[in-house]
Amino acid sequence: MAPLLQSSQPWVEKYRPKQVKDVAHQDEVVRVLTNTIETANCPHMLFYGPPGTGKTTTALAIAHQLYGPELYKSRVLELNASDDRGINVVRTKIKDFAAVAVGSGQRQGAYPCPPYKIIILDEADSMTEDAQNALRRTMETYSKVTRFFFICNYISRIIEPLASRCAKFRFKPLSEEIMSSRILHICNEEGLTLDAEALSTLSSISQGDLRRAITYLQGAARLFGSSISSKDLISVSGAIPLEVTEALYAACKSGDFDLANKEVNNVIAEGYPVSQMLAQLFEVVVEADDILDEQKARICKSLASADKCLIDGADEYLQLLDVSSNTMRALCNMPQEFSYDS
Amino acid sequence: MLWVDKYRPKTLDQVIVHQDIAQNLKKLVPPPIYSFLLLSAFAFLWALWFWQKTLIMALLRQIFGTSAEKVKVENRTWKIDAGSRTIDLELTTLSSTNHVELSPSDVGFQDRYIVQEIIKEMAKNRLIDTKGRKGYKVLVLNEVDKLSREAQHSLRRTMEKYSTSCRLILCCNSSSKVTEAIRSRCLNVRINAPKEEQIVKVLEFIGKKEGLQLPPGFAARVADKSNRSLRRAILSLETCRVQQYPFTSNQAIPPMDWEEYVSEISADIMREQSPKRLFQVRGKLYELLINCIPPEIVLKRLLSELLKKLDEELKHEVCHWAAYYEHRMRLGQKAIFHLEAFVAKFMSIYKGFLIATFG
Ligand SMILES: Nc1ncnc2c1ncn2[C@@H]1O[C@H](COP(=O)(O)OP(=O)(O)O)[C@@H](O)[C@H]1O
Ligand SMILES: [Mg+2]
Repeated sequence: MAPLLQSSQPWVEKYRPKQVKDVAHQDEVVRVLTNTIETANCPHMLFYGPPGTGKTTTALAIAHQLYGPELYKSRVLELNASDDRGINVVRTKIKDFAAVAVGSGQRQGAYPCPPYKIIILDEADSMTEDAQNALRRTMETYSKVTRFFFICNYISRIIEPLASRCAKFRFKPLSEEIMSSRILHICNEEGLTLDAEALSTLSSISQGDLRRAITYLQGAARLFGSSISSKDLISVSGAIPLEVTEALYAACKSGDFDLANKEVNNVIAEGYPVSQMLAQLFEVVVEADDILDEQKARICKSLASADKCLIDGADEYLQLLDVSSNTMRALCNMPQEFSYDS
Repeated sequence: MLWVDKYRPKTLDQVIVHQDIAQNLKKLVPPPIYSFLLLSAFAFLWALWFWQKTLIMALLRQIFGTSAEKVKVENRTWKIDAGSRTIDLELTTLSSTNHVELSPSDVGFQDRYIVQEIIKEMAKNRLIDTKGRKGYKVLVLNEVDKLSREAQHSLRRTMEKYSTSCRLILCCNSSSKVTEAIRSRCLNVRINAPKEEQIVKVLEFIGKKEGLQLPPGFAARVADKSNRSLRRAILSLETCRVQQYPFTSNQAIPPMDWEEYVSEISADIMREQSPKRLFQVRGKLYELLINCIPPEIVLKRLLSELLKKLDEELKHEVCHWAAYYEHRMRLGQKAIFHLEAFVAKFMSIYKGFLIATFG
């Protein structure tokens, strides 16, 4: 027999604002969009910005506020990267949806119900250029009866002819205060206690991404109960404890290659993500006040090259070892050029 | 039955190493609505599967009871409708009534279709209990770090959308290769390689069960040679048992054949740097690849052998080139070219060093 579902929802969904005005920190966006809802006069829109800043939330909220629960299904089409959005789908599914006529705009109770449909293309930056081009035509043909909402992380991935037809809204990473206040709100509702240190750790590991903060919070609550420490949050987030980064940096500073190699081996054996390690090492280096800018530059150059190699799928151990070797040579003022390389 | 299989823990309570993780996994039963990502940190490939798999099996048993052990292996074909044509994709799945396990990356760049289809399909076929309430299934995705970018993208919103009917357990070995978007949607469970003293505990446990006398320090020596791999340590212990029993405290712990072979290569190229030697070494490298030792493992092992014997200054130089050629190997297709290029580079550097130092 199948085990039963717990009634609890993921908190990311549970605490997703239902109304545009409740979206935090994106004041400009909220101001313009509130106006849009009142007049029910909506352009094509493009939302862009880093993950977990409220893009999907805002798009869903507008659609709900315009149509209400009854009409939502027939007026709104939500497609994301998990749906196949190749050219053919654009040609058929989107077209079919757009082509069915809507009745004249009749206000229904609290909902304006304007006489057009909305097509939300979430995660639009993963659509191919061909598919985007095919969309151009559809957009033109049905411009009277449909509005498109594009959502993406990088605006540069959306082809110019599409982007230029849209009103663009940039979503900013959430500030530490806003994050903290949302988190505290959730803690309150769920009966969790979080001390000041844990709160600041959570803000810093989530880097302005509220989804991350909420996911980690729920994970930690599940594993460690209602009183959550900074350490608990670090362990569910995959972040690397500061001591580990500092041990590696100290080993590089010592000038002893074998010691650095041992630390690198340890990082790998402990299973810390090397990309994360590079990011944390970067912070240590940038903030160090006892080394020269030139040394910092040398180290950063090597971090950048390792980052690229990791994206290409290069081995984590070898890349981190190379970075450590470069860092050591910069910190100990060893020459940048190799001596025996002919 | 080999000891590694015989002493594989069946339930989370039997786990000796990683008790903390096992206890945490128990708290995830029933699995939370969001997914979790198991990161495994074994430096050595043969250890990877063993432990991740062991923990996951124990976890599934905890969730579904013994029915999770009744798995069937199937070769399934998916027919994907890609508009103008249909694509047939074939993949081996391992499933019980309540869970499905697969490695979508096995189908190569078309892996995203599998990811899109399987989750929707599982969400559709939800089990319903006697009271008419809906249950959920667990989907175990292996080698998530090898999924294409597109497949990882497809997972993002799907994970949220179908979260009520399908729980995901994602496994990977190198979490840098899992996109931030996925990592931030998961509870991360990091499995570190066991420490030597933990390995010693397991070896002593097995020793006791098998009624063996372990001389003082013997288990520690086996653990020391295992590179923090539990599987390897247990295999070594069993090999030692076959070679000589009763154990003596100075008994040799046999290294793995291929590692022996790599040390030979290292010694060869330290001794002589010439085109002729390069040619001989190529034969040995081929031999290793033919025996399915992954090229990056060969390269790393070779580097570690060389580092043991080099001057401080040369270590920096050689480790840089190892990283450089491994990266090129990833981008290229023929591993042997890049291994050989590394060996040639090493020879040139080392010869330069010898001339500068000894004239
Ligand atoms: N500006 C915001 N105000 C309030 N909650 C937010 C905001 N941004 C993100 N969230 C929270 O984070 C979760 C993910 O937000 P979402 O809109 O899906 O992010 P994305 O920008 O990646 O589409 C939401 O469920 C919500 O709880
Ligand atoms: Mg989104």
